[in-house]
Amino acid sequence: MLILSLAGVTKTFGGLVAVAGVSLGVERGQIVGLIGPNGAGKTTVFNIITGAVKPDDGHIFFSGRNLTGLRPHRIVALGIARTFQTIRLFPRLTVLDNVLSGCHCRLNSGVMASLLRLPSQRLEERLVLQRAMSELEFVGLAEVWSSPAGSLAYGDQRRLEIARALATEPKLLILDEPAGGMNEQETANLMGLVARIRDRDITVMLIEHDMGFVMRVCHRVLVMENGSLIAQGTPREVRSDPRVIEAYLGQGED
Amino acid sequence: MIWGNKSGVQSRSIVQVLSALGVGLFLALPALLAAGGLRGAPYILDLLSMVGLYALLSLSLNVILGLAGMFHMGHAAFFAVGAYATANLNLTYGWPILATLPVAALMAGTLAFIVALPVIHLRGDYLLIVTIGIVEIVKIALTNDIFGLTGGPNGLIGIARPVVFGHRISQPRDFFYLIWIMVGITMILFHWLENSRFGRALKYIKEDTVAAEGMGVNTTAHKLMAFVIGAAWAGMAGTIFASKMRTISPDSFTFGESVIMFTIVILGGSGHQKGVLLGAFLVMGLPELFRDFQDMRLLAYGAALVAMMIFRPQGLWPPTPTQYRLPDPYATKYPRGDKPC
Repeated sequence: MLILSLAGVTKTFGGLVAVAGVSLGVERGQIVGLIGPNGAGKTTVFNIITGAVKPDDGHIFFSGRNLTGLRPHRIVALGIARTFQTIRLFPRLTVLDNVLSGCHCRLNSGVMASLLRLPSQRLEERLVLQRAMSELEFVGLAEVWSSPAGSLAYGDQRRLEIARALATEPKLLILDEPAGGMNEQETANLMGLVARIRDRDITVMLIEHDMGFVMRVCHRVLVMENGSLIAQGTPREVRSDPRVIEAYLGQGED
Repeated sequence: MIWGNKSGVQSRSIVQVLSALGVGLFLALPALLAAGGLRGAPYILDLLSMVGLYALLSLSLNVILGLAGMFHMGHAAFFAVGAYATANLNLTYGWPILATLPVAALMAGTLAFIVALPVIHLRGDYLLIVTIGIVEIVKIALTNDIFGLTGGPNGLIGIARPVVFGHRISQPRDFFYLIWIMVGITMILFHWLENSRFGRALKYIKEDTVAAEGMGVNTTAHKLMAFVIGAAWAGMAGTIFASKMRTISPDSFTFGESVIMFTIVILGGSGHQKGVLLGAFLVMGLPELFRDFQDMRLLAYGAALVAMMIFRPQGLWPPTPTQYRLPDPYATKYPRGDKPC
């Protein structure tokens, strides 16, 4: 069953065609990699799916719903969460506060309930702290819950971004270069984390330049070049596709 | 860690006792002044009431500017709407002053909603310019006796005093208590608001609006709501101001007044209520203390602001991270790791 599908999505910035009529589908429960050279349009595709960028043409469907034109917070509420290519935590807020931002869309307390600290609001606050702490435990950052997010090591900040995204209770998680800037040990841990996320019945879509990571983690790989999808299939199929080798993998192999 | 956990708890409770003493002493001030037989007592109380009024205004601006990070320099507009709403209801329809409080809040909040709706998406400096426009437009409207409700440049005269439980508030001492009790209630309510889903959302917006939206926060709605709440509170401050002064005119609601509120928030500590309170005392109180040096006052004021922006842009008393009390089992599993960093 397809959880996400794009139909003829196009986006131009000025004269530059960033995404040119991309159509793709993502099966529920899979880990799907999106790869391609720099400037191929991968991040733009992610930005279109999450609503940060509006496509000029084409449609995005998620669990049968048309997402086209919805604002990002609505899309998050429908079940798509993301991390950013360049880390976008709230650096001066605590680790816990960062994760609580993800919980926001699953809470109901309004302004009046908060202003008057009604019992329902207090109960909700207690539950949300448990929820946020359990996500921090999941990624292994529970011990530093009271530290400012900006004081964490780089790899920890990446994991915190994932915890924050998981706190939105997504059905589809989109990771933009999750292993970027990580050392080997951290990357290995991340592979385990991505697999555990999938085990929670969360479909994962990721952009990654670390080919070893993509080939080992992903069920399917989509390859983009110059705004178009040039190949897709299992990691093995993609690796042996001549167009892919020419466009991407052939570079710097030896 | 030099301080063990135990002494940390102790020093916290010492701070609590000291602040309770401070508040108690402050509230006993009128009695102390009267006992001392000081001749300037009414003047001091009147000055402290003005400090309190500006504290109230700045605390309301703090929701918009300090928590949500929206550069809003037109807060006097909403202050004015509240004051004129009260004056009209009282003078024309004979409403008691305190009964006009909710109407003043509603009117100011409604105006805020209407003017903010088309511009709320603007960021930083652009929003700043628009809000300056708002306060100017309101002032011009008041001066031109809009809808025949504002009395033009002369304003409205003869507004009644508030009556609380049958007691007519008229002495400086009475206003001191009325205003500072309102400040106290405001600080408690806004403290709760700040440490809630809504307050957190404003902090996320201030830190990174794109990331906040990307994590599921309806940034437009929350910014708008912050604007309306801040404005409504300024409207209520307007009610108190109108009945304290008994006369209101457009001169009281200038751009300059907006700048003073803006300065109090930034100078004291954007997003921190106690910092804002400190800012109100400094900005409103210090110039009075140095009245003898009339000529140098504004110079010193300007110099202080410049120095602040260079050496301490976060304000004198910036906010500290929210301290959560974790529910069990997490509280015992992960005691707070107050690492110095």
